[in-house]
Amino acid sequence: MLRLPTFSYHRPKTAAEAVRLKKEHGKDAMFVAGGTDLYPNMKRRHQTPTHVISLQDVPGLASVDVQQDGTVAIGAMCRLSDLERHAHLLAHYPAFAHAVKEISTPLLRNMGTIGGNLLLDTRCTYYDQSHEWRESIDFCMKKDGAICWVAPGSPRCWAVQSSDTVPVVCAIEAKVELVSPEGSRTIAASDLYRDDGIQYLTKKPEELLTRLLLPAPGNWKASYLKLRRRDTFDFPVLGVGACVWTDAQGVVTKASIRLGGAGSFAIPAVDAEKALLGHKLTDEVIAAAGEKAMKPARTMDNTDLDVYWRRKVAPVFVARALLACK
Amino acid sequence: MGLDEQKTAPSVVRADAPWRHDAKKDELRVIGKPIRKIDARSKVAGLTKFADDLKLPRMLHMKLLRSTAAHAVIKHIDVSKAKSMPGVKGVLTGQDMPIPFGILPVSQDEHALCLDTVRFVGDPVVAIAAMEEEQAWDACRAVEVEYQTLQTIGSSHEAAATDEPRLHDYGVRGNIHRLENLEFGDLKDGFARADHIREDTVFFEGNTHLPMEQHATLAHFDKDGKLTIWSSTQTPHYLHRALARVLHPLPAHHIRVIACPNGGGFGGKSDPFNHEIAAAKMSMLTGRPVKIALTREEVFWCHRGRHPVLMRSKMGVTKTGRITALDFESYLDGGAYGSYGTASTFYTGALQTVTYAVENYHFRGVRFFTCKAPCGPKRGHGTVQPRFAIEVQLDKVACDLGLDPAEMRKQNLAPRESLTANFLRIGSMGLGACIDKVVEGSGWKARRGKQERTKDGRIRGLGLACSSYLSGAGLPIYWNGLPHSGVQLKLDRSGLVTVFCGSTDIGQGSDSVLSWIVGEVLGVDPLGIRVVTSDTDLTPVDLGSYSSRVTVMTGNAAMQAAERARDIVARGAAEHLQVPVNRLVFADARVFDSENPDKGISFQDAVIAAEARCGTIGTVGSYTPPKTAAKFRGGGVGPSPSYSYSACVVEVEVDPDTGIYRVPKVWMAHDIGRALNAAVAMGQIEGSVYMGLGEAMMEEMAYRDRSHKGHRVFVHKIPSLLEYKSPSTMEMPEVVTYVVEDPDKNGPFGAKEVGQGPLLPIMPAVANAVFDAVGVRVDENPISFEKVFAALLAKKEGKDARFGPSLGKDGVPQVDFGDSLKVKTPWQGGDGTAWNEPKRDKKAAK
Amino acid sequence: MSDPDKVLATFVVNGEPHQCAFAPHKTLLEVLREELDLCGTKHGCELGECGACTVQVDDVPVLSCLYLALDAVGKQVRTVEGLANGPTLHPLQDAFADLGAAQCGYCTPGVLMTAEALLRDNRCPSRDEVKQCLAGNLCRCTGYLKIFEAVELAAARMRGEDKQPSKESIYGS
Repeated sequence: MLRLPTFSYHRPKTAAEAVRLKKEHGKDAMFVAGGTDLYPNMKRRHQTPTHVISLQDVPGLASVDVQQDGTVAIGAMCRLSDLERHAHLLAHYPAFAHAVKEISTPLLRNMGTIGGNLLLDTRCTYYDQSHEWRESIDFCMKKDGAICWVAPGSPRCWAVQSSDTVPVVCAIEAKVELVSPEGSRTIAASDLYRDDGIQYLTKKPEELLTRLLLPAPGNWKASYLKLRRRDTFDFPVLGVGACVWTDAQGVVTKASIRLGGAGSFAIPAVDAEKALLGHKLTDEVIAAAGEKAMKPARTMDNTDLDVYWRRKVAPVFVARALLACK
Repeated sequence: MGLDEQKTAPSVVRADAPWRHDAKKDELRVIGKPIRKIDARSKVAGLTKFADDLKLPRMLHMKLLRSTAAHAVIKHIDVSKAKSMPGVKGVLTGQDMPIPFGILPVSQDEHALCLDTVRFVGDPVVAIAAMEEEQAWDACRAVEVEYQTLQTIGSSHEAAATDEPRLHDYGVRGNIHRLENLEFGDLKDGFARADHIREDTVFFEGNTHLPMEQHATLAHFDKDGKLTIWSSTQTPHYLHRALARVLHPLPAHHIRVIACPNGGGFGGKSDPFNHEIAAAKMSMLTGRPVKIALTREEVFWCHRGRHPVLMRSKMGVTKTGRITALDFESYLDGGAYGSYGTASTFYTGALQTVTYAVENYHFRGVRFFTCKAPCGPKRGHGTVQPRFAIEVQLDKVACDLGLDPAEMRKQNLAPRESLTANFLRIGSMGLGACIDKVVEGSGWKARRGKQERTKDGRIRGLGLACSSYLSGAGLPIYWNGLPHSGVQLKLDRSGLVTVFCGSTDIGQGSDSVLSWIVGEVLGVDPLGIRVVTSDTDLTPVDLGSYSSRVTVMTGNAAMQAAERARDIVARGAAEHLQVPVNRLVFADARVFDSENPDKGISFQDAVIAAEARCGTIGTVGSYTPPKTAAKFRGGGVGPSPSYSYSACVVEVEVDPDTGIYRVPKVWMAHDIGRALNAAVAMGQIEGSVYMGLGEAMMEEMAYRDRSHKGHRVFVHKIPSLLEYKSPSTMEMPEVVTYVVEDPDKNGPFGAKEVGQGPLLPIMPAVANAVFDAVGVRVDENPISFEKVFAALLAKKEGKDARFGPSLGKDGVPQVDFGDSLKVKTPWQGGDGTAWNEPKRDKKAAK
Repeated sequence: MSDPDKVLATFVVNGEPHQCAFAPHKTLLEVLREELDLCGTKHGCELGECGACTVQVDDVPVLSCLYLALDAVGKQVRTVEGLANGPTLHPLQDAFADLGAAQCGYCTPGVLMTAEALLRDNRCPSRDEVKQCLAGNLCRCTGYLKIFEAVELAAARMRGEDKQPSKESIYGS
C-alpha cells in the first residue's frame, strides 16, 4: 500500500494562526485543504512536509456569499461538490459551475475544495509518478533532479497547469484574496499564476488563499470546454475558458480566452481574443478565432493523448467554447 | 475431397461421462435459473477475505527493491545499511533463491529475485521484511545496487535485429524466444482458386488486466516445518509446483497453497510470481508470517497481459467471399520472460480456423524477448490480436467485393461437428445464430452505410465482428496424463453436501458453478451446499482458473462426483422406500418415487439410509479432456472440449473534426452452449464487452523511450490507475445481450465457456464501425481518437485513408522462419501428423 | 523513521465507538483496515484514482485513502460492514446479490457506499444520475451494467415497490 510519509498535523482555529504556523515552520510546512492533491503527491514523495497545516477548522472559509454589488465571494474551503450544485452559481455562473463539475470524480469533489483546485500542483507524466519510477529514469527538476524530461535542453520546468477552474476564473476576471501575517490583499486571479512548472504561483508561501471573488453578472457570457479521454477522472489536456463581453447589438467589446492544459499556466489566446473584437459571434468569426488560438500554447508530450493531435484539434475546441458564449 | 464434402467427424463423448447436454429446460430445477451466487452475500457485505485482508500474529511486511535499469548486469548489491535499519528483520537477494522457475516447463527463466541480470525496469532485486511496511520501504531505499547496463531491446523490430546481447541464453536464437511455421493444406492451390486476394498488416498494442485488487501474498512457515501460503492467484496448483521447485529441498507435501478469492484476475494472476516465492522464503528465513501487498505500479511490473502483436495476413476469397486460403504471420513482443509465451505464440495462429472454415492455412509466428514487463495470458489469450486482424480484413474483403460483411461471414462458418484444417474438433457451433441475432437487433441491414448525423454533428456507423474461444485448453501446461480437474464430495447424516475442488473463484463464479451442478444432480438447494476450493492440502487438483476451463472441466468432474453420490444415496433410499432405484427422483431436497411423488423421504433421510447401508459417503469425480486429433508439433495448443462463439455489432458516433468517437450501443450474441445461471452468464458477457471496449478505445501498455547521460531510459509510461486509461461508468454503452444456447456434448448440461469469447469481436467491430461512419481504416489497436483523426487527415489530403503499420516488407521484422511443418488437412486425407516432421525423441519432448 | 507520537483517539464507526492509537499521518483507510480490522473497505491505488476505498463520513462518500484518520475523529464513519441491519441485508446489497452485480466483489464495498448516499437523497435516480454518481468507482468485472440495474432495483424496492429484475437483464434479449 502506498502510504504517507510521517508528519505533525496541525488544525489551527484561525487564519492568523494558520499563517503563523506556516511562517514558523517555513518550507517544512504545507497547508492542506481537501488533501486530494497534496496527499497523493506526498505518497509519491513529491512533497514531504514535516508539518501539515489543515485549514478545516478556520472559520468563515466555507461559505458562498453574494455581495451587495453582485459579486460572489467563495470561501477557499468550499467543497467542490457543494459548488457544483449551488443554485446561485448554477444560475449566474454556469461556466464556473460546469468547470467545477468537470473536476475528477464525484468522490474526489466531495473532498476537494475550490482553494485547492485553484492552487493545484502542475502536472506532468514524468513527474506524477512514484518515487521508484522517477528514480529509474533519474529525477526531474521539479523534484529531486536537474533535468526537464519533456524538454531536456530547457532550463525551466514544463509541468502543465491542470486545474479546470483556473481557465474560467482567469477568463472571467475573477479575483482572489490572500492573507498573510502582514494582512490581506486582493489580486486578479490571473496574477496568481506564473509561467513556470515549479514556481507556478506568485503568492508568497505563507500567504493563504482565503476567497475567490467572482465578478457580478453583466454583459458577459462565459464557457468552459474540456478535452480529456474519459468523461470523469481525467485532468484536462486542454481546458478552454472563454468569456465574451458584448454590447447591446451583440458586438464583442472584450474577449478573454484562457487555455488550460496547454502550458504551465492558463495561457491567454491573445490573437484569438483580438479576432473577436468588434465582431458579432458568427460561425466564421468564431472559426477564425479558433484557428489563431493555439499560437501561444506550449503543448508538450507530458500529458495524456498525443501532443500533435492535441494541437490539431484545439481550434475546434476553442471554437466550440466560443460558440457556447453566444 | 474439399472442405465441404468432409464427412461429419465423429464426436468424442466419453461413455462414462453423462453430461446431460440434451436435458430439457423444464427438467432442470437449478441449472439456468438466476440463483444467487453462493458467495453473493459475503461479497456484498464486504466479508470476502482477499489476500491482503489476512493478518497473522507477529506478521512482517515485505517490500521489493526493483530494478531501475531496463537491461543490466548486477555488479554488486550492498544491503549492509538496510539490514541495520529500524524494524528490519530479513533481507533476501537472488543468491538466496538460485533455482529458476516459470509457468511452462520449456521456459523456466525467472528468479524470485534477479540472480545476475535485470531485464526490465521493475524486475525485483532485493526483498526486505520489517515490522512495518514503511520500514521495509525505507530500508529498500538504503540498498545500493551497482548495475552495468546492457543494450536495451525495446521492440520486436529491435529484437529481430539484435543477436547480441541476448536477454536469455535459451530460445531459438538471438532474442527470438519461439518460432513456429505450420502449413495445412495446399496454399498455392488455395490462392490459385481465389478470385480476390488481400494483404494487410495490422498492429495490436499490448494492454493489461488491471484487476482492481493488487496482488498480495501471506506466507507462513510454521514451527512444524510446513509452509502455508495464501495468495491472490488463479492457479494455486502451478504456484504449488513453482514453490516446491524453488524452495527445494522443502518437500512439495510440506507446502500448502491457498488461493484467496481473487479481486479480479483476467489472466493476470495465472503465473507463479516472484513476490509469492520471495515471501515464502522470507518466512522460512525469519520464522514469522510475512505479507507482501503490491502497489498498483508493481501490478504493472507483474503484467503478463496482452502481447503487442504485429500481424500480416494474406487472404484469398472467391467472388462470393468464400475463404480459399489464409497466410498469417504474427510477431509477438513478449517482454522480458517466457511466461505463457509459447502458448501465446501458438494461440495467435490456432483458432483462425475455428471461427470460419479455412480450407488451406499457413501460420508463422515468432515471439521475441524485449525489456518490458513480461506478457502472457489476458482474457482471450493470444487469440484476440489475430481476431482483430482477421475481422478487420474480412470487412475490407466484403467492401472490396461489394458484399454484406454479415452475409459473407455466414458463408464461411466453420461447420459444426467437424475437424478444422489444423485438426481442432468443433462440436456445437452457434455462430450463425449469433450473427442473425445481432444483425436483426441492430437493424444492420437498414442502418449500415447510412452515415446518419447525430444532433451534435457526429456521424453514426455500425461495425460487425465475430469470434470463437476455447472452453479450456485440451492439454495441461506441463506434460502429464492426469486429470485436469478433480472434485470430491462429502455427504453426511446432517444432510450437508460439501464439494472439495482445487478451482479458484476469481469473480467469475466458479465456486457457484460447483454448487449449481451438484445441487441439480442431488436435487438440493445449491445455496445450502458447502464449497471448499483452492486449498492444495484439502482439495483435489484443479489446474486453475484460466483459459475458460473451469465451467466445463470442473463442472464435468463435479457432475461425475455428484452422479456417483446420487447412486449411493439412491440405493439407500430405494431400500428404505422399497422403490426401484431407477424410479427415484432427486428434487426439492427430497428423494421420491417418480410414479408416486408422495412416496418419498427427505434428502437428509436418504443420506442417512445410504450411510447406514454403505458407511461414510464420499465420492470423487475427475475430468480429462478428449484426446486431440492434432498430432503435429504445436498441435497441443488450440484443442479444447468445445468452442464458444460470439458475434457483435457496435455502433459508434464519430466527430469528423476531431476523431473523437463514442460508443452508444453494442449488440452482443454469445453461444455458450447452455447458461448454467442466466444472470451470472449475462454478467460475464457484459464484462467482456466492457473490457473489449477498453482495449478498443484506450488501453495500452505504452513505454517511455528516451536517452539520458549516454544511456537509454526505457520504462512503462503510465503505471497508474489514473493514466492507464480504463473505461468508467461514463463510457459504458447500452448493451443488448443475446444468450445463444447450442448445447455441446462435452460440457456439463451442454455448457461451454462464457466470458472470454465476447471480448474478442469488440475491437474489430469498433474499427469496422469507424470505417462505416467516416470511411477510414484504423489498422492498429487501440483505435484511439488520435488515430482516427490521423486517418481522417490522410483521407482529406488524398492519401490512403488509413492509420496503421507500414504495408511494405519492412513493416514487419525480418525473420527467417525456416521450412514449414506440412500437415495434410482432414479433407486431403491427413491423419493429424506432419508429413515432413522429423521423428521426435519422445523423452526429449517431455 | 522518527515516528511522531501516536494519538489515542475514539472513532465512531457504524455507530459504534472504537478507541485506537495511530500516528497522525495514517489515513482512514489504514486505520479502518489495520487497526480496527474492518477489511471490508478495499484499496486499489491509494491515490484517489479508483474509488475502491470509499466510505461515508457524516453521510458523504469520501476516498478513505486520502482522508486522514484524525480528521474522522468526532464524525460518523460508515463502512460496508455497517450497511446491513443485523442479518438483513440493505436493499442495495440484496439487489447486488440478486443481479450478480458483485463479480469479484473487490470494488463492491466502495460502489455500495457511493450508491447508498445517492439513494438517500434521490429515491428515483435516472440511469444517467446513477452513472454520474458512480463515475468515481472503477469496476473491471461487470461493465457496470448489473451495478446500474441493481441500484435502480434497490431504489424501486426502497420506494416500496415489489420489483424483480427485468427479464432482459437476467436472460438477455
